[in-house]
Amino acid sequence: MSSFFGTGTAIELTYLAATVLFILSLKWMNSPATARRGVWAGEIGMSVAIIGTLLNRGIVDYKWIAIGLVLGTIIGVPLGKVQMTAVPQRTALSHAFGALCVTLVGTSEFYLRTPAVPRFTMSVLSMEVILGSLTFTGSLMAAGKLQELLPQRPITYRGQNLVNLSLLAVAVGVALYLVLHPDHALLFPLIVGIPLLFGVLMIIPIGGADMPTVISLLNSYAGLSAAAMGFVLNSKLLIIAGALDGASGFILSVNMSKAMNRSFSNVLFGAFGQEQAAVATVDGEARTVRSASAEEAAVILGAANKVVIVPGYGMAVAQAQHKVRELYDALSKRGVDVKFGIHPVAGRMPGHMNVLLAEADIPYDKLLDMDEINPEFPQTDVALVIGANDVTNPAARNEASSPIFGMPILDVDKARTVMVVKRSMSPGFAGIDNPLYYLDKTLMLFGDAKAFVGAIVRELTGSQSA
Amino acid sequence: MNGDLITSLYVFVLAGFIGFEVIRRISPLLHTPLMSLTNALDAIAVVGAIIMAGEGKSKLATVLGTIAIVAATSNIVGGFMITDRMLKMFKTSRSPKS
Repeated sequence: MSSFFGTGTAIELTYLAATVLFILSLKWMNSPATARRGVWAGEIGMSVAIIGTLLNRGIVDYKWIAIGLVLGTIIGVPLGKVQMTAVPQRTALSHAFGALCVTLVGTSEFYLRTPAVPRFTMSVLSMEVILGSLTFTGSLMAAGKLQELLPQRPITYRGQNLVNLSLLAVAVGVALYLVLHPDHALLFPLIVGIPLLFGVLMIIPIGGADMPTVISLLNSYAGLSAAAMGFVLNSKLLIIAGALDGASGFILSVNMSKAMNRSFSNVLFGAFGQEQAAVATVDGEARTVRSASAEEAAVILGAANKVVIVPGYGMAVAQAQHKVRELYDALSKRGVDVKFGIHPVAGRMPGHMNVLLAEADIPYDKLLDMDEINPEFPQTDVALVIGANDVTNPAARNEASSPIFGMPILDVDKARTVMVVKRSMSPGFAGIDNPLYYLDKTLMLFGDAKAFVGAIVRELTGSQSA
Repeated sequence: MNGDLITSLYVFVLAGFIGFEVIRRISPLLHTPLMSLTNALDAIAVVGAIIMAGEGKSKLATVLGTIAIVAATSNIVGGFMITDRMLKMFKTSRSPKS
């Protein structure tokens, strides 16, 4: 049995080559200058491993393999061509596919081996199918929410966590029983079916704002289930690829949780959006805001030395990134130093905002993350907030009663002037009022992000040619 | 089997450490392409699916293996494609604009 993957030395050597290439691939991802080389390394590694497998194994029938490879390619190509705004749901969908593959292989492995499955094999096999199944439906749900096929609002009910945890406990209990009695094959569908249900129920209470964390967490699960599959099949390559993916997803989830000042358990069991709705209505006191027109905004921006643009997901929803690029060009031409301050949760997945801005041809050396840009705000003439809300909320820093207290934010309120492009005064995704809008130095620019930024650009370029 | 198991655990733990050290250094700038890339690499599970579908040990294994190949292959093809598309867009202000 141990030779399932490893009879020939030749095949092991192709897998070793693939392993090296995979690690190099990730290593090269640490800089945009070498990152594309990383993709090529990954592609070569993948091809080497697949060809090695096809040539060296006791494969008797290539027909179904060929059909699978062709069908997979037909589905994969359009998934490689989606819009950049749709990358988060595409990623969630691919976590689902990865988990599906692992679950199916684990399932057929069980039925091939039962009734005599060694205890250790059965333990990792259970882990493989439990993690795989819950990641499959969980990721489908996440993709559905991101694509807005499903309601983004969290759905909660009393005893939800108890129900979910009991389900998971039952699945683990059945798995333990199967480890001791692997001949009870009738029970096996339970450790696939219950986690499938659990995956759905796990995502139902999670709101859209928490998606960056959830996607990262599902990424980690997908990796761990693949590593478990590697243990079952005794494939070192698969163990390594799964461990790398699991580590990557874990690091990203920790980053995202930190950026939202939440713990994993809070994300998974907290149903953030729901809590917020109750808090938002408390502060009903009327306060005044100052608003400005595109002309006034253009004059102030044009006279500035240093401008930091803070984009949020609202900018992408309004499809305003190309107008923002024009604004960047117009200001840079006038000698204004323009940078972008990106909050880790500015998009719908880690790093999403950077991709959206890079797509609009904004140079990546102007995209600074939170820790890099925050010390620069006190020297900034204008902080221009476009479609971001909670990540600029000073209440996170100084109001202990605020539900987002403690969340790291972009310190836009330390700039000399703050401009906020916003449709109306309605609160943001988490439903929390933002004291930033009532500061004396803040100018509200009411309107659609794309139209308003476009109008500023016209003012700037028009006045220059006149 | 026991020796294999221990070796596998060593491999898993060491790979986890390498993963942490390598990925920790990756700037948030590239976290989205990183996730699509690791996703594509993770689809190396296709080798297990290929063996499952090709060994002809049982009808069930062939059917499930084939579906698994479809799922993994779509991740490989789509994952590498979109990662490269994203990375192509990252340009610096220091290099000439295209």
